[in-house]
Amino acid sequence: MDFEPKLVGFLCKWCSSAGADLAGVSRKKYPPNLIPITVNCSGRLDVSYVVKAFNDGADGVLISGCHPGDCHYTSGNYKAWRRVALLKHVLEEFGLNPDRVRLEWISATEGEKFARTVEDFTAEIKQLGPGPFSNAKERK
Amino acid sequence: MASKPRIGVFICHCGENIAGTVDVSGLAEEIIEYDDVTFSTDYEYMCSDPGQNKIKEAVEEEDLTGVVVAACSPSMHEETFRNVVEDVGLNRYQCEIANIREQCSWVHGEDGGRPTEKALKIIKSTVEKVKRNLPMETVEREHSDKCLVIGGGVAGIQAALDVAEAGNEVILVEKEPTIGGHMAQLSETFPTLDCSQCILTPKMVELNQHPNIELMAYSEVRNVSGYVGNYEVQIERKPTYVDPDACNLCGDCEDVCPVEVRDEFNQGLTARKAINIPFSQAIPSSYTLDTDACLGLNPLRCSECADACDADAIDFDESSEFVEEEFGAIIVATGYDLYPKEKMGEYGYGEYEDVIDGLQFERLLSATGPTGGEVRRPSDGKVPENVVFVQCSGSRDPENHNSYCSKICCMYTAKHAKLYKENVPDGNAYVFYIDIRAGGKDYEEFIQEVREEDRVLYLKGKVSRLKEIDGKLRVWGLDEISGERVEIDADLVVLAQSIVPSEAAEETSRDLNLNLGPNGFYKEAHPKLRPVESLTGGVFFAGAGQGPKDIPDSVSQGSGAAAKAIELLAKPTISHDPQVVEIDEDLCSGCGLCVGQCPYDALEVNARGVAEVNEILCEGCGTCASGCPTNALSLKNLTDEQLTEMIKASLGD
Repeated sequence: MDFEPKLVGFLCKWCSSAGADLAGVSRKKYPPNLIPITVNCSGRLDVSYVVKAFNDGADGVLISGCHPGDCHYTSGNYKAWRRVALLKHVLEEFGLNPDRVRLEWISATEGEKFARTVEDFTAEIKQLGPGPFSNAKERK
Repeated sequence: MASKPRIGVFICHCGENIAGTVDVSGLAEEIIEYDDVTFSTDYEYMCSDPGQNKIKEAVEEEDLTGVVVAACSPSMHEETFRNVVEDVGLNRYQCEIANIREQCSWVHGEDGGRPTEKALKIIKSTVEKVKRNLPMETVEREHSDKCLVIGGGVAGIQAALDVAEAGNEVILVEKEPTIGGHMAQLSETFPTLDCSQCILTPKMVELNQHPNIELMAYSEVRNVSGYVGNYEVQIERKPTYVDPDACNLCGDCEDVCPVEVRDEFNQGLTARKAINIPFSQAIPSSYTLDTDACLGLNPLRCSECADACDADAIDFDESSEFVEEEFGAIIVATGYDLYPKEKMGEYGYGEYEDVIDGLQFERLLSATGPTGGEVRRPSDGKVPENVVFVQCSGSRDPENHNSYCSKICCMYTAKHAKLYKENVPDGNAYVFYIDIRAGGKDYEEFIQEVREEDRVLYLKGKVSRLKEIDGKLRVWGLDEISGERVEIDADLVVLAQSIVPSEAAEETSRDLNLNLGPNGFYKEAHPKLRPVESLTGGVFFAGAGQGPKDIPDSVSQGSGAAAKAIELLAKPTISHDPQVVEIDEDLCSGCGLCVGQCPYDALEVNARGVAEVNEILCEGCGTCASGCPTNALSLKNLTDEQLTEMIKASLGD
């Protein structure tokens, strides 16, 4: 059986989750690997959640918010941006490929972008193989 | 939590929309095995009356403490289902939606049961959230009954009048010395050809005399703070140096003023004095001294106007007045400008005097314009025998200019051509167009009339360039229908310049935290279902600032924005979403990091050295909670514990 990555996506409610809804309304197909969790704002993302997700067996984590300048809460996405940049450095220090964490800006009108992002991220993580605490080998 | 949660899961088939891809009955059977789930069922349409009744019955009979509806996006029916659980005594926040349609069944094929697996994870994650949700009550608070309207064009005027008629006080702020906007500059209006000023000025007067409206012309919004229902706004009333009550409009000041500058009202076709009144029916009806043009007030370089004023209405010592007001609602009607013809390299960068824009042609046609309504070209005052009208100048041209359609130009160009032909029956009018867009009541009939009865030559094609040759403007274009190149030696060229948001849009969007779309127009809360609301609570849009619009559309949106403002102001109190941040004082170290992260100034470190949240100001983004080094802050019903368990459930075994 092929390796099917387990992905978690933190989507902000106003832009990215609405963009994911639009992908649905427009019937854009993408692989079912990513489980979406809608949060009020990408700024709600505590980077420790990303670490927790890897501990719980995630192979990749997507964080998606409104485009810079478009945050419903003015500036939460800028905070997410900085936090994720810092997190990537830390993850690298711990020997985890920072490409397993992806930050994207997806607006409510970008259904197509959402679908392609999930498709692309799924393919990329497939290439990278199971994450640090993945139980993928046992699942075989 | 005192007793063990009892969660009910209701899985919707949505006809075949969900059931076609996801094994809904299998989900219901599986989820009942999950921790704390005590009831599960599936049904064809949960949002239908029988579906809603199933939820009500189960809540009562199974004594549920929380409900998960696995169905379409929460943006569709979250309110519906929260009302349902509230009906049977649960707190509305004990109901959550698991989105298994837009974010699952609609985006996956059958794929060997994987969409069902994904749906199960989404539902489990939602169960983990809802079982930790606490009941919340909306926060009710008082609000101001006043409405601020920014912009005194026809959209703002309509909005202000409607709100005032409903009994609310209105302040209308207009940055120019008079209200009326671009509509006051127009000659006649399509498709009825009624005179623009004749239908507009009564409304301007009505606004000025309305007991519930205070007009603040020559004023600008300087600072906005607060939130829906309680916006605190600072308005600068700029000095006009003329007391409107004393001024008797004799015009002596204007006669003696030695300075001449470009006349904005006539689009630069004439000059005006430094002290001037934009047009005779201007409201407020008074002169304004333009200090940018005046020779100088400090030190005083010339006082001819004051010396000439018998009414003693001119006071050079006047200065800006700053007014602070509180408003419950704000209507933004900042309008449009024309895309500058100086940006049209292909049409001479605005350097040819006889290549004018649509608003300039309006002034030439207007009885109150510089030529008294006779069409005479700017360079030598000659009546033009050949006039070329160029549509889509700067519009529908993503490579060089704006990609969008400016919507009103097809109609006003037809009107221009018609009025020119009435003015100069022997003249020739040529209209270059890409397409004719006449979608409006009686619009297409108007275009047909102009094309057929008024002998205006419509040429389908773009003008590639124009150049002045031997005193004529040579226009090179293509007639796509005959497939032939066209060369016309014109006496006057009228460019239907693209509509762009007025300069004020950018500053207003910053003041009020409004989103702008890619072309700089205000972005509405929903492009179809909430077209007059912004995403900032209590702020509404009217007119062309939100997108190119003609007069009827601007007036409609003005009334629409007014209705939204009245709806808000009519409520005795405003309820505020209770999902805000709370602080565990035992954990707070008083470092104050959260204070700087809050975009709403809702946090402060209080006298006891711990963070304190203003629940009215907090919008519930949760950014501070994620940035708190001691985890002292948490967002209600989206806590660290909830998210941690949701992540675990999303990843499964």
